[in-house]
Amino acid sequence: MKLRNVLNTKTPKSPLQKKGSSSIRIRNSKWLSFPYILWMIGFIIIPILVILYYGLTNTDTSLTLDNVLAILDPINLRSLRLALGLSWKSTVICLLLAYPLAMILSKAKNKSNFIVMIIILPMWMNFLLRTIAWQNLLERTGVINTVLKFFNLPMLNIINTPNAIILGMVYNFLPFMVLPIYNVLIKIDKDIVNAARDLGANGIQTFLKIIFPLSLPGVISGITMAFVPSLTTFVISNILGGSKITLIGNVIEQEFRVGNWHVGSGLSLVLMIFILISMAIVSKFDKESEGNSLW
Amino acid sequence: MKNFIGMIALLIMVALLTACGSKDGEKVYVLNWGDYIDPDVIDLFEKETGIKVVYDDFQQNEEMYPKIQAGAINYDVVCPSDYMIQKMIENDLLQEINFDNIPNFKYIDSVHLESAEEFDPGNKYSVPYTWGTLGILYNKTKVEGPVDSWDILFDEKYAGEILMIDSVRDAFAIALVSLGYDLNSTNEAELEEAKALLKKQYPLVQAYVVDQVRDKMIGEEAAVGVIYSGEAIFTQRENPDLEYVVPKEGSNVWIDGWVIPKNSKNKENAEAFINFLCDPKIALMNFEFITYSTPNYGAWELIEDQDVKNSPVAFPPNEIIERCTAFKYLGEDMERNYMHKWNEAKGK
Repeated sequence: MKLRNVLNTKTPKSPLQKKGSSSIRIRNSKWLSFPYILWMIGFIIIPILVILYYGLTNTDTSLTLDNVLAILDPINLRSLRLALGLSWKSTVICLLLAYPLAMILSKAKNKSNFIVMIIILPMWMNFLLRTIAWQNLLERTGVINTVLKFFNLPMLNIINTPNAIILGMVYNFLPFMVLPIYNVLIKIDKDIVNAARDLGANGIQTFLKIIFPLSLPGVISGITMAFVPSLTTFVISNILGGSKITLIGNVIEQEFRVGNWHVGSGLSLVLMIFILISMAIVSKFDKESEGNSLW
Repeated sequence: MKNFIGMIALLIMVALLTACGSKDGEKVYVLNWGDYIDPDVIDLFEKETGIKVVYDDFQQNEEMYPKIQAGAINYDVVCPSDYMIQKMIENDLLQEINFDNIPNFKYIDSVHLESAEEFDPGNKYSVPYTWGTLGILYNKTKVEGPVDSWDILFDEKYAGEILMIDSVRDAFAIALVSLGYDLNSTNEAELEEAKALLKKQYPLVQAYVVDQVRDKMIGEEAAVGVIYSGEAIFTQRENPDLEYVVPKEGSNVWIDGWVIPKNSKNKENAEAFINFLCDPKIALMNFEFITYSTPNYGAWELIEDQDVKNSPVAFPPNEIIERCTAFKYLGEDMERNYMHKWNEAKGK
C-alpha cells in the first residue's frame, strides 16, 4: 500500500493519465512492483521459512521446541540480556546525538545537503573496515593512545570492554537515526510552528508540544533502524570487544559455524520476536501519522 | 530428504554457479583455507596441465564440513585439519586416494605420515600439506626470563597482557595439558577442572583472538599470546623481540592434509592437483608463501636460507614433536559438551 503511494506521487503524469481514470494508474503501479515481489519471495520469505523449518525441527526432522527453548540455557540468557542492554544503551545515545543534529540540519537550508552528504559518506566504505579501523584507533598501542602518551595524558583503556562495543554500535548506526528524523523535521509545516509562537508558546513549549510530537514517526523508525542491527550484531563485539563479551548474535553465529543450524535457527526465531515487537510499535505510530513515514 | 528445504534454498542460490560449471574443458574444484597457497602455483598448474582450477576458501573446519556434506558444489579436493579428516572418514564423506597417480608422494617425510596415522590409519585418505605446533609467543622485553610452561597464561602477574586463543579445542588442550591430562580427554571430571581453570583465566585475558594475535603481538599490544608455529615465524620476522616456545608440558601438533570428497566428479584431476603440490619445487614455493612448515622432505632440502632450514620453530627437533599430540575427533555429543563448557568459561 505504501509502495503504491510512493509510485503515484513520483511517477510523472502523462496527459493520457490525466484524462483517464485513476484505476489505470493503480494497475500500472501494481505491475511495477512485480520485480520487488519476486525479490521479496526469493530473498526474504523463503529464507524465513527455511529458518522456521530448521528452528522447529530436529536433526531427524521431527518437530520440536527444543531449539527455541535453548534460549533458556543460562549462558544464552546471559548473552541475550547483555545484547538487549548494550543495544538499548547505544540506541539511547544515538537518539541523544542524532536529534539535535537533525534539528540543526533541518534549519541550515543551504549547507544541509553538504552535511547530510558528510554523514552518509563513511557508509560508502565497508562496515567491517570501519570497525577494524576503530580497533586500530582504540588499541593500547593505537592511534589515540599514542597521541595521548605523547602529551603525557592518561591512557584510554576502553578496547575489549562493553563501552567499546557501545561506541562501535553508535558509530555504525548513527546515520540510520539521523536521516529519518531529519526527513520528518524538514517536512513539518513552518506555519504550524509560527502559529504556536504566535499564540504565545515559548521555544521550549513549541518544541515539546509541536515539533517533537510531529517528529515522532521519524524518531520511532530511527530507533528501530539503530536498535535491530545493534541487537543482532556479532562483528562489533568480536572486533571491539575482543570476543570477551558474548552477545546473542555471537552465540547464533557460533551455532551456524559449527554446523548446528537447528539451534542457530531456533535462537534466531527468539530474536525475531524482539524485532517483531519493535516493528509493531513502529507500525502503530505509522498509522497515527497517516503515511507521513519514511522507511 | 533431511535437508530438503535447505537444498531448495541452496539450489536457488547456486543455480547460476552450477550453470557456469557446464562442460568446457577439464576442471578441478578446490576448497582450501584462506591465504593457504601461493597464487602463482595455481597459474603454473593450469598452464602445465590445462586443467582449470575453480578455487574457494574457508576460515574454519566447522564451516567447511557442512559445505562438503550438503554437496551443493562438488568439490574435488579439500584441505581440512587432522581431527576433521577423521570425522569425514567416519561419516563416509571421503574416498580413498589412488596413490599410483601421485608419484610425488614419495617426498612426504615418513615422520609425518606416522603422525597422520593417528587420524587416517594406513594413510589411505589424506596427503599431508602443512603441519605445525601450538605454542606460546612472548615478547622478551615484557616477560621475565625464558618462558617454558603454559603456566604463564594463568599468571596474575600478566593480567591484561594475555591473548588467549578463541578456539574451543585449542583452548581446552592448553588447560588439559597444563593440568597434566590428555588433550583428547573425554573424562567429565577432567573437563570440568579444565573449564574451571579457563574461567579463572577469563579476567586475566586481554582478548580472545585467532588470526589477530599476529598483528597484536607485532604491535606490542600484549606480552604473551597463543599462536600456531607457522604464524610465529612470520611475527618474528616483523618483530625480533618475539620468541616462540612449545611448553614443556606438551602441546598439540596439527596436520592439514588434502583429501578427496566422495561426491567429487573429477577425481583424476584432483589427484593431478595433489601430485603437483607434492612436487618439491612447488612445495617450496608454497612454504615460502604461507610460512607453515612443510612435510615435504624434497622441499626442505631445497631451502637455501640456512636460518630457515635449521629453524627450531619451522622444523623442530623430534623431541619436541614427540611431546605433542594430534587432535582426535571426539564425536558430536562430546563436541557440544566442549563448546558448552567453553561458553561457560568465557564469562564472568
